[in-house]
Amino acid sequence: MNKISKNDGVMDKSKTPEGPLKRRVFLKYSTAGLAASAFVFGACEDVTQAPANASNNGKGNNANARTSDHDTVYLGSGDTGILNYAYALEQLEAAFYTTVVAEASFSSMFSEEEQMILKDLEKHEITHREFFKTALGDNAIPGLTPDFSAIDFSSRDSVLATAKTFEDLGVGAYNGAGKLLVDVNYLLVAGKIVSVEARHAAAIRDLINPWSMDFAGDDVIDENGFDQALMPADVLAAAQPFVKETIDGSELPTS
Amino acid sequence: MNLNQLFKMIDLDKVDQDEVKYEGARRGFIKKAGEFSFKALLAALPVGLTMMPKIAKAQGSAVVQTLNFALLLEYLERDFYRMGLDASGLIPSAHRAIFETIYKHEAAHVEFLRSALGSAQGEVPVFDFTAGGAFPTGFSDYAVFLTLSQAFEDTGVRAYKGQAGNIQAADDVLTAALQIHSVEARHASQVRRLRGMQSNMMIKGWITNAESDGAPQASYNGEDNTTHAMLNLNSIGSLSDISMDAKTESFDEPLTGAQVFAIVKPFVVKGT
Repeated sequence: MNKISKNDGVMDKSKTPEGPLKRRVFLKYSTAGLAASAFVFGACEDVTQAPANASNNGKGNNANARTSDHDTVYLGSGDTGILNYAYALEQLEAAFYTTVVAEASFSSMFSEEEQMILKDLEKHEITHREFFKTALGDNAIPGLTPDFSAIDFSSRDSVLATAKTFEDLGVGAYNGAGKLLVDVNYLLVAGKIVSVEARHAAAIRDLINPWSMDFAGDDVIDENGFDQALMPADVLAAAQPFVKETIDGSELPTS
Repeated sequence: MNLNQLFKMIDLDKVDQDEVKYEGARRGFIKKAGEFSFKALLAALPVGLTMMPKIAKAQGSAVVQTLNFALLLEYLERDFYRMGLDASGLIPSAHRAIFETIYKHEAAHVEFLRSALGSAQGEVPVFDFTAGGAFPTGFSDYAVFLTLSQAFEDTGVRAYKGQAGNIQAADDVLTAALQIHSVEARHASQVRRLRGMQSNMMIKGWITNAESDGAPQASYNGEDNTTHAMLNLNSIGSLSDISMDAKTESFDEPLTGAQVFAIVKPFVVKGT
């Protein structure tokens, strides 16, 4: 990993612990790490992209390190912030499908094809989640605590409706985030993932209303034949009810 | 601009994907330094679809080439579905809603791109969907129609993805392309699953390894890549329980302009 691995040796290399129990311990030590990482990223991008930064309101550059308390997870700024934003969404999706396939009535509630699809989606989202976690290294946010209290995992309709929401949201999130990324390598990664999320969205929508136009329905595709492109603030507002911690995306780039 | 001129320009693309990534990273920094004037120009323009033609022209040849390239593919898809929908007895009535929806999107993409390009758009192409006789029954044999549809959609997804770096500096163009790209991916997923059901084959909505499932293999070569932004999924310990099938399904891969042209060239008689 180009930019991120440059920070090896500068920052605390301890692994970011996952889950709520270890998180407090991690956060005790993370303040210095966040400050260091923000400084390193700011310095690095100042050198390489000074002309762009000077003219675009600090895109990809913010040395204003924030600390996270135990209820708030700070995503960061610049490309790191966007990658953490994606990591947060992938954590949410992966946790959702893991819960879906672990449900006692999973195999009686869903057909064989549906089970295969939902199991595939779990594996894909785990792959995305672990990719971002590894790519971010010491800059990764901690593991989030999902709040799925509004979802009835023993209801086929509830599970599929939630899956549809998450997949459409993921597509819109990546589409909107593309222009916020500075590093073309990460733009390409976002492109590689968003089309898979769109494939998921179409499949889930088709399970709800088979062989209809809903796989790419007019509720998500506009009159130009465009899918949604959503800004992080809107996506985080939609995702927040499913996460116990408060996600702080206030320093994410907006243009 | 004719096809050969366009082809020569896009032929500059590197075929090796890792090379593209390294070069992209290097050019990324240079490009951003040169972005200032375009950003300033964009700021001076009202943002909206009506302004896309000016944006495309202002951005110069790279964006115009990319949009014309996209327009060729959208024309190809639009005409393909129009002919399929018009071929009596081809598409079962239970499936018409799917292809009418896809057609509607492709036609809208054509109109959007034509509007964005304005006078810079290439001529309206003419297609031979038999590809010189290779697929003589595309509009009479539903299985062949589905095979071509799957190949066009999966290729379209890869084609847009491969152009992202070329239009990165033009935020509005990039976002528009991404919004089209994910619609193509929705189409691809639907057509793949439909084809799987029709043919009693196991075809998922996502691409496993580089499997073509009987569609032209060139559209699927490289889909088994596991290295993204120079990070290999196989080096991530926490993914040791995830199969290669699932790892490769999780990421779609780009094609360069040259690779896409090689795939669609047999279908293009005249144009753009």
